[in-house]
Amino acid sequence: MDFVQNLVTTFNFILQGVWVTIGVTLVALSVGLVFGVAMAMARVYGNSFLQAVAAVYSVIVRAVPVVVIIFILFFVIARFVNLSPFWAGSLALGFASGAYQSEIFRGAFQAVPPGQMIAARAIGMSKLQAIQSIILPQAVRLALPAWGNEATLVLKDSTLVFVVGVPEILRRAQQVSARTLEPFMAFSVAMLLYLILTLVTTQVLQWFERRYRLQM
Amino acid sequence: MEAFVQLLNNVLPSLLQGVGVTLQIAAVSLLLGMAIGLPVGVGRVYGPRWLQRALAAYITLFQGTPLLIQLFLVYYGLPDLGLTLGRMEAAFLTLGLNSGAYQAEYLRGALQSVGEGQMTAARAIGMSKWLAVRSIILPQALRLVLPAWSNEAIAMLKYTAVVFLIAVPDLMGQAKILSSRYFAPIPIYMIVAVFYIVLVGATYLLLRQLERKLHIPGLTGETH
Amino acid sequence: MSTATAPILRIENIHKSFGETRVLTGISLTVQPQEVVVLVGPSGSGKSTLLRCINLLSPPDSGRIWLEEQEITAPGVNPDKVRQRIGMVFQDFNLFNHLTALGNVMIGLTKVRKMSKKEAHDLAMFELERVGLVDRAHHYPAQLSGGQKQRVAIARALGMDPHMMLFDEPTSALDPELTGEVLEVMQQLAREGMTMIVVSHEMGFARQVASRVVFMEGGVVVEEGTPTQMFEQPVHERTRVFLRKIADMDSGGR
Repeated sequence: MDFVQNLVTTFNFILQGVWVTIGVTLVALSVGLVFGVAMAMARVYGNSFLQAVAAVYSVIVRAVPVVVIIFILFFVIARFVNLSPFWAGSLALGFASGAYQSEIFRGAFQAVPPGQMIAARAIGMSKLQAIQSIILPQAVRLALPAWGNEATLVLKDSTLVFVVGVPEILRRAQQVSARTLEPFMAFSVAMLLYLILTLVTTQVLQWFERRYRLQM
Repeated sequence: MEAFVQLLNNVLPSLLQGVGVTLQIAAVSLLLGMAIGLPVGVGRVYGPRWLQRALAAYITLFQGTPLLIQLFLVYYGLPDLGLTLGRMEAAFLTLGLNSGAYQAEYLRGALQSVGEGQMTAARAIGMSKWLAVRSIILPQALRLVLPAWSNEAIAMLKYTAVVFLIAVPDLMGQAKILSSRYFAPIPIYMIVAVFYIVLVGATYLLLRQLERKLHIPGLTGETH
Repeated sequence: MSTATAPILRIENIHKSFGETRVLTGISLTVQPQEVVVLVGPSGSGKSTLLRCINLLSPPDSGRIWLEEQEITAPGVNPDKVRQRIGMVFQDFNLFNHLTALGNVMIGLTKVRKMSKKEAHDLAMFELERVGLVDRAHHYPAQLSGGQKQRVAIARALGMDPHMMLFDEPTSALDPELTGEVLEVMQQLAREGMTMIVVSHEMGFARQVASRVVFMEGGVVVEEGTPTQMFEQPVHERTRVFLRKIADMDSGGR
C-alpha cells in the first residue's frame, strides 16, 4: 500500500470516530450540567445536609483522576444495568464533569448580587421561583466563560472513554494503525481532527459569550 | 469485611510501588514542564513576533488536543520517524511538553498582569529590556503565577493516571494488573481512588503552605 | 386623619436581633390608609430592618404585625402572599440585571400574578408610563441612569398592585441632580392616595408630602408627629439635634 492510499484509509476510518467523540462529549456535558447545577444549588441554597452532600461530591470527585472514576463507574454500572460502553462511559464522564461544573455554578450563583434575591422575594416570588427566573438566568450567563473552558476539557477528556472500548477518535486511530502499520500517521490524523474540533468549539463558545454577556 | 482486609493485604505492596512511580512521573513532568514553560512564557510575551507565533502554535497544539493522543503519538508514533522511547521516557516527555504549554500560558498571564508601570520604571533607571524582565518583572510574575502553578501540579498528578495505557507500572498500572488477578475491579479501583485523594490532598496542603511562605504583602496583579 | 377608619398597618412591640446585635427593641407603629409616613433616624437605628420586618423579608423575633386587619406574623401565613400586597423599593434599586426595564416590570406579573404575556405587557407599559419611562422600555438596567433605574423599580413594585409601598432610602444612592425625578414620582403616588412608608433624609420631601414624621433611634420610636410639629417644636432634645444636623447637611453640607 502506498502512502496516499494509507492516508485516505486512515482519515476515513478515524473520521467516523469524530461523531462518537462529539456524542460522548455532548452526553457527558449535559449529564454534568444537570449534576453541576443541582449540586451548586444544594451548596448555595440547600440546608446543611444538602450542602454537605454537595461539598463531599465536589471535593472527592475532583481529587480523583477522571480515568479512575470512569473505571469505577463503568464496573459499578455494569453490575446493575446492561448499558453499552458508549452510554456507560459518557455517564461516568458526565458524573466527573458534574463536580467541576458544580464549582463553576457555585461561583456564578454567589456572584449574583444578593439584592437580586431580596428584590425577587419582595415582589412575592417564592424562593424556588426566584432561583428559577431571576438567579439562574443571570448565573448561567456569568458561568459561560468558565463553562466554555470546562466544555473543551470534557471534549479532550472524552478520549478517556477509550479505556472502556468506545470507538471514538483515539480508539479508531489505534485500530487503523494496526491495519496500516503506520501509527505515526494514524495518531497525527487523530490529533489534527481533535485540534479542529477544539478550535471550532472555542470559536462557537466565544460567540455565545459575546452574544449573552451580562452587564451589571 | 475480612475478605476486604485480605485483599488489601494482597494488593497494598504493589499499589505502594505504583504510588512511587506516579509521584516520580508527576515530579519529573512538572519540572520538565517548568524548564519548558519558563522560556516559552517569556518568549511569548517579550520575544520577536516570529517567535511569539511559533510558541503560540506549540501551545495551541498541546492545549488543543488530548494528552492521551499526545502520549500515543509519542510512544507508538515516533518510532516511525526513527525515534524509539522507553515507556518512562515517553511518559516524561509527553507530560512535560503538555505541562510546559500550560505553564507557559500561566506565566504569560502573570507577566502581563505585572503591569506596564514596572517595566517603564525599570527602563527609566537605565535597565535594558532583558535585564528589566529578569530582575524586575519575572520575580514578581513568578510569585503571581504560584496559585495557577499549584493547580497545574495537582492537575498533572491526576493526569499521570493515563500513562498505564502505555503499560507504565504506575498506581493505575498496578491496579489494572491486580484487578484482573483478583477479579475484584471495583474494590481495587476504590482503593486507588482513596490513594489519589490522599496524594492530591497532601499536595494541595503542601502547596498552600508554600504559597503562604512566598507571599509578598501587597503584591497583586493589575486586574484588567 | 380620623381614627374611624381601620388602620392599614398595625405594628405592636416588635423585636429583632441579628446574632448578638439587637436592632429593634420594641417598636410599635400604626399607619392609616393613604398616610405617608417618613422614617428618619441615624444610621443603625433600625429603619431598614423595620421595613424588612413589615414585608417579612426578615420576620421579627417577637411582636405582632397586622396588615389590613390580618395578622401576618401569625403562624401559617404565606409570606409570599403578604409581599404581593406590599411594594418595596430599595436603595440600590436591585433591578434584575438580565431583563429589560419592561422585563423587570413584567416578570412579577407573569410569574407571580400569573397573567398572560399580553396582559402583563400592557400593564407593564402602563406602569412605565406612570413613571415616565415608556421610551426606555427595552433598555437593560446597565443602560439606564440611576434615577431611571429607581423609577423602573417603582414601576415594578406598582405592577403588583400593592396596597401599600415601602421605600428604603430610595434616593440616597443617586447623584443629587437625579433625586428630583424619583421624588416627583413618589409625590405623584402620594397624591393618588398610595399608603407609603419612606425611609429618607430628604427633608424637603418630608415637609411637603409626609402626613407624619417618625424619629427612630436605638431600635425604638423616640418621637412622632406632623412635619410641622417635628421640625418646629420637637418634644425631645435628641429629635431636635438630629433634625438640625440633617437640615444642615441638606442646605450645604454636600
